[in-house]
Amino acid sequence: MTEKVIGKAPGLYKEFVRKGGSAPTATHYCPGCGHGILHKIIGEAMSDFDIQDRTIAISPVGCAVFAYYYFDCGNVQAAHGRAPAVATGISRARPDSVVISYQGDGDLASIGLNETLQAANRGEKIAVIFVNNTVYGMTGGQMAPTTLVGEKTSTSPDGRDPRFSGYPIHMCELIDTLKAPVFIERVSLSDIAHIRKARKAIRKAIEIQSQGKGYAFVEVLSNCPTNLKQNAEQTIEWINEHMEKEFPLGNFRDTSNDVDKIEKIYSDFSVESLDEIFELEKAHIFDTKSGGNYAARRLKVAGFGGQGVLSMGLLAAGAGCFAGHEVSWFPSYGPEQRGGTANCSVVISDDPIGSPVVQYPDILVAMNRPSLEKFAADAVSGATIFYDSSAGQFDPPDGITAVSVPTIEIARKAGSEKAINTAMLGVMIQSGVLGIGKTHFCEALKVHFAAKQKVVDINLRAIDLGSEWARENL
Amino acid sequence: MATKLVKGNSAVIIGALYAGCDCYFGYPITPASEILQDASLYFPKLGRKFVQAESEEAAINMVYGAASTGHRVMAASSSPGMSLKTEGISYIAAAELPCVIVDIMRAGPGLGNIGAEQGDYSQMVKGGGHGNYKNIVLAPNSVQEMCDFTAKGFDLAFKYRIPVIILADGVLGQMIEPLVFPKKAIEPTIDESWAVGGTAETRGNMISTIMLDFDELEELNERLQKKYELIEKAEVDHEGYQLEDASIVLVSYGISSRIARTAVDIARKQGYKAGLFRPKTLWPFPKDELKKLAKGTDKEFISVEMSNGQMIEDIKLAIECSAPVDLVSRMGGNLITVEQITEKISRIANKRGLK
Repeated sequence: MTEKVIGKAPGLYKEFVRKGGSAPTATHYCPGCGHGILHKIIGEAMSDFDIQDRTIAISPVGCAVFAYYYFDCGNVQAAHGRAPAVATGISRARPDSVVISYQGDGDLASIGLNETLQAANRGEKIAVIFVNNTVYGMTGGQMAPTTLVGEKTSTSPDGRDPRFSGYPIHMCELIDTLKAPVFIERVSLSDIAHIRKARKAIRKAIEIQSQGKGYAFVEVLSNCPTNLKQNAEQTIEWINEHMEKEFPLGNFRDTSNDVDKIEKIYSDFSVESLDEIFELEKAHIFDTKSGGNYAARRLKVAGFGGQGVLSMGLLAAGAGCFAGHEVSWFPSYGPEQRGGTANCSVVISDDPIGSPVVQYPDILVAMNRPSLEKFAADAVSGATIFYDSSAGQFDPPDGITAVSVPTIEIARKAGSEKAINTAMLGVMIQSGVLGIGKTHFCEALKVHFAAKQKVVDINLRAIDLGSEWARENL
Repeated sequence: MATKLVKGNSAVIIGALYAGCDCYFGYPITPASEILQDASLYFPKLGRKFVQAESEEAAINMVYGAASTGHRVMAASSSPGMSLKTEGISYIAAAELPCVIVDIMRAGPGLGNIGAEQGDYSQMVKGGGHGNYKNIVLAPNSVQEMCDFTAKGFDLAFKYRIPVIILADGVLGQMIEPLVFPKKAIEPTIDESWAVGGTAETRGNMISTIMLDFDELEELNERLQKKYELIEKAEVDHEGYQLEDASIVLVSYGISSRIARTAVDIARKQGYKAGLFRPKTLWPFPKDELKKLAKGTDKEFISVEMSNGQMIEDIKLAIECSAPVDLVSRMGGNLITVEQITEKISRIANKRGLK
C-alpha cells in the first residue's frame, strides 16, 4: 500500500534508485509508518512552491537517515543530533537555498537538543520537521525523551518511571520560550482529518522558507507500529487518546505575516576590499637584514595590567622592525594576565629567532615590585634592569646594572600618567642598551597609536622627557 | 610586500580571507580565541559568514554543512575542543568534504592548562576519530607560515577533498612577528560535480556517510586509501638545516623546531655536527626523506617535541630503526630549552664519538 501512495507523489523521485534492491518504488519504512505520509506532504509542498532546485534536505540519524532516497532535491545526511548545525552551515553559505531539517525524537530532543534550541534561538532560516513517535525506531524501540509516563519500551520494560527517567519533553513549548522563531505548530498524523491539518502546517513552514522569512518548527505526532507493537487501529487510538493528552495539538506561533524577509548577504572576495579592511595602505615595507651584525637582545617587560607593559614590548619590537632587524613578541596570556599581572618577551636579532619566549633576559623592565622579585634572578650576567622607582630599594646581584626610574613624574610632565611605559622607553633608548635609534621608536609609536594623534604627541613627549632624565641621571 | 606586526592567531584569519574562505564557525577557547574574535570582526565586513556556535560539535557540523555546499569554510580550536570535534572530522573525511581546521595546541590531558604543548600529534596525524581516515596536517613554525599554511590548506583541501589540519600551538598563536600580507586574493568557484548548493545544477547531488552495504563501504575505504597514497607521493614537505654533514639529526616541528634550530647553531659552535630536519607536513610524514638521511654513515636522531614521544614513533618507522632515536621533550605547558637539547647532543656525541 505504501508503495502505491508514495511512488506517485510529486517532489519525490519516481524510482528510489539510491535505495537499490528489487522494489524500486517501495520505501524502506515499515508498513503503516508515518514517515511515508510525511515525506509525501513535504515532497508535494516542494513541488507546489517550485523550490526543488533551491531545496536542500537534511537526513538525520534514525529511521529517516535515508530520506535522501526519496526527496528530489539536494540532499545532505548529518551526524546524530547535528542536523540543525549542518542546516545552519548550509543556510549561511547559501542564502538563496531552502533548508529542511527532518528529525526524529532521539535525534532532535535528546542528543541534539542543544543544536535544536540554539538554531531556533538564532532564528536560522530553516524548517525543522520533528517526528515525535515516542520511541527510538532505528535502534530497536528504546525509550526516547518523548516517551510517555508508563510507556513500555525496550529500555523501560516496566514503563517509563518518572522517578528515574523524568517526564516527556515538550519541544514546541520549549521552542515557544524563544523569541526568534517565526512559526511553531504541533500536528498529528493519526487519521485523515489530522493529516489535513498537518499538511497545512508543513506547507506553511516550507512556504516561510521559500520566502526567506526565518525559523519554522513543526512537531508531528506519529506512530511506530513496529516498535510499539500496534496495528493500524491501535496506532490511531494511541496518538489520539494518549499522545495528544501529553502533547496538545495546535499552533503556538505564526508571525510570518508580520516579519520581513531576512536580508541576504553575499560575499566579497576582492583583493581591494581585503587590502582596505586590513589598512594595507598604512602598512610598511621593512628592509630586514638577516645576517647583520646586530647583537641579539632578549627583553622581558613585566608589571601590573594597565601599566602598558605589553605595549612597551610591542613598541620595542616595532622599532626593531624599522631598524631592519628580525623581531618577535610573546605575551603572558589567559588567567595569568587576568590576575592583574602582565609580561611580555621581545627578541630582536639579525638571525632567525628561535624561541620567542625569553627565559633569561639581558634587559629586564620591571614596572612593579612583584615583577622585579619574580624576574630579576633570571637576568643574565651583564644584564640591565630598569625598574619603576615605586618598587622601592633594590640591590642588584653582582654583574647586573639596575636603574631606578621615576616614571610617574616623567609621565606627568609629558601630560598623562598613562605614559609611564613610554617614559621608561625614553630612558632605555637614551641608555643605549637596545642599540636602536630613537627615530625608529617614534616611527613605531606612530603606527601603534595610529588613529590617536593626541596620544601620539603625549607619548612622543614622554620618550623625549625620559631620554632627558637619562642624560641627566645615568 | 606590505608588512605588519601580526599575532599568529590573527595571521590565520588573514590567510583564510585572502584564500577565499567564505564561512567561519567557532567556539571560544584559550589560546585560540583571537582566531574566533578576528573572524567575527573581519568576515562580516566582507559579507562573509560568521557564526559563534553553541559548542565545538555544533561548530564542526556547521563546517560539514557549509562545506557540503562547495564553499571554502573553516573552524579553529585548541586541544580539548579538537577532541570534541573529532566526531565531525570523521564525518567530513568520510563524506570527502574539503575544509581547514586550525588546532592551537595546549597542554593536556583533560582540561590541562593553556600553556603550549604538542600533545595532539597522534590525534591529528593518525586521524583522531573513528574509521580509516587521514587528515592532511600542516605544521607552521612562524606567524608568516600561520598565514601561508592556512591559505595553502584550502588549496590542498579542495585538490583532494579532505580535511586539512593546521597544527600549531599556544606560542605560535599568541606571538607577534612581522607578516608579509598575501598579494593576491582567491575568488573561489563551486565544483558542481559534487557540491550540494541549492541550485538546479546540483539538485541531483548528495552528501552522505552511511553505507549499509559492507562491500560498498569497503570500496569507499579503499578509495580513501588510494587517495592517501597519492597525497603521500605528491604533498610531502620538509626543510633541512645543516644536514649535509650532520651526525646528530634533530627532528622537530612547530615551535619546537625553532628552539631546535638555535640549539643546532650552538652545538655547531661547540664543535658538534648537529642538523635539523623539520617536517612541514606531519601527514604525509616525510618518511622517505628521513630514510635517505639515515642511510650509510653512523648517525643518531633526536625527536624534539613537546609531547611524550608521539612523533618519535613515526621517525623510527621512517628510518626502519636503522639508527638510534632519542627524545628531548617537555610537557605540561613547559617549553623545551636550548640547553636541554645541546646537553643531549653533547652527551650522545661524546658517548658515541660522533663529533
